[in-house]
Amino acid sequence: MSEIIKVGMADWKVCSKEDGVTTLGLGSCVGVAIRDTSSGIGGLAHVMLPDSKDTINNTNRAKFADTGITDMVAELVKKGANMSKLVAKIAGGAQMFAFGSAKSDMVRVGERNVAACKAKLKELKIPILAEETGENYGRTVIFYPATGEYIIKAVGKPEKTI
Amino acid sequence: MSELSMEQLTHEYFDVLKELGNIGAGNATTALAELINCKVDMMVPQVRLLEFSELGDLLGGEEQVLVGIYLQVEGDVDGSMMFTLPQESAMHLVNKLMAGMLGIPEKPIEEMEFGEMEVSAMKEVGNIITGAYLNALSTITNLKIYPSPPQLGIDYAGALLSVPAAEFGILGDNILLIQTKFSDDIDLDGYFILIPDMDSYQKILHALGVM
Repeated sequence: MSEIIKVGMADWKVCSKEDGVTTLGLGSCVGVAIRDTSSGIGGLAHVMLPDSKDTINNTNRAKFADTGITDMVAELVKKGANMSKLVAKIAGGAQMFAFGSAKSDMVRVGERNVAACKAKLKELKIPILAEETGENYGRTVIFYPATGEYIIKAVGKPEKTI
Repeated sequence: MSELSMEQLTHEYFDVLKELGNIGAGNATTALAELINCKVDMMVPQVRLLEFSELGDLLGGEEQVLVGIYLQVEGDVDGSMMFTLPQESAMHLVNKLMAGMLGIPEKPIEEMEFGEMEVSAMKEVGNIITGAYLNALSTITNLKIYPSPPQLGIDYAGALLSVPAAEFGILGDNILLIQTKFSDDIDLDGYFILIPDMDSYQKILHALGVM
C-alpha cells in the first residue's frame, strides 16, 4: 500500500519508491526533493533557514539548508541510495510580503534559502533537474521518488508538475 | 535582566502575557466593531509555545487559504504581528466596510472579488486594528512600538506563517505567540497573533514590573 508521508516545517522525511512525500504551504521555506534514480528511494526536506552557523540555538539540524540536506542525504545513503545517482528538484523560497528596508535580511529569507540549498546541492554534487522558486506565493508540494514527479500547487494557479 | 528560555517564560508569565493579549485585542476588537458598525466578540486569548511543525494546525490547517495582514514592529519592542482571517470572512468584512463608507447596499458575497480596491480596504482595516492593538500595548508598558505599514497576502496558512516562523527560527526551535480569536454576529472568524522576539518579551514583562 502506498502512502503519502507528511513533512512538517523544519523537518525532512525519506520514503521508499512505493510512497510519496508532501509538505503543505511552503512560503519562504524551500522544499528540497532528492531521489536516487537507480533505486527510486527519495526524500523531501522542508528547509526554513539558510545557514546553521547564523544561529544562536541550532538544536534542530533539519531547519537549515546546510545541515538539513546533509542529514537527509546521509539517511538516503544509509537506506541504500547510490550517492552518484542522486538528483534534486527544488520549490518554494517565495517572498510572501514585500517590505522596504526594514530587516532586509529577514525579508529576503526565501531568496537566501534557495541560494543556500543550491550551494549545498552543488557541494554534494547532486544536480538540480528543475526548480519552481521565488515569486510571492505559497506552494504545496508532493514528491514521488519512484518517477521523480514533483507536483506543485498554489492558490489560484493551475497545478504544475516539474 | 536574566536570560530566560521560552519554556520558562511561557510557564511563569503565562497569565501576564494572556492579559496583555486581552488588552491589545480588546482595543483592536473595539476598533473593528466601530469600523464595521457591528458587534464583535473576542475569545479569551491563548498564549502558546509551539513547535514549528504544529504551526500549520494553529489556523485550521496549513492548506487553509487565509487573508493575512502582516507588519513588523520596531522600537523598544521588536517583532511582528499578524492578523489573519479566512478569505470569505475578509470579503464579508470589506463588503460591510465599503457599503458603509460609500453608502451603497452590500453586495451578495458570491459576487465579490478580491480586487485592488478590496485589498486596499483590507490593508486599511489591518492598519486600524493592529494600530489599536499596539497602541494599547504601548500605553500599558510605556514602551515605544512603531509598526511598519501593513502588507497583505492571500495564501495558504502555512506559507503566511512561515514568515514569522523564520524570524523565530533564528532564535530557537519554538515560536511563542499570543493569539486571540474574534468573531462577529455573522461569519467572521479571525486571529490576532503577536510575535515579539525574546528580548522584547523580557522588556515587556520588565516594563510591567513582573520581572
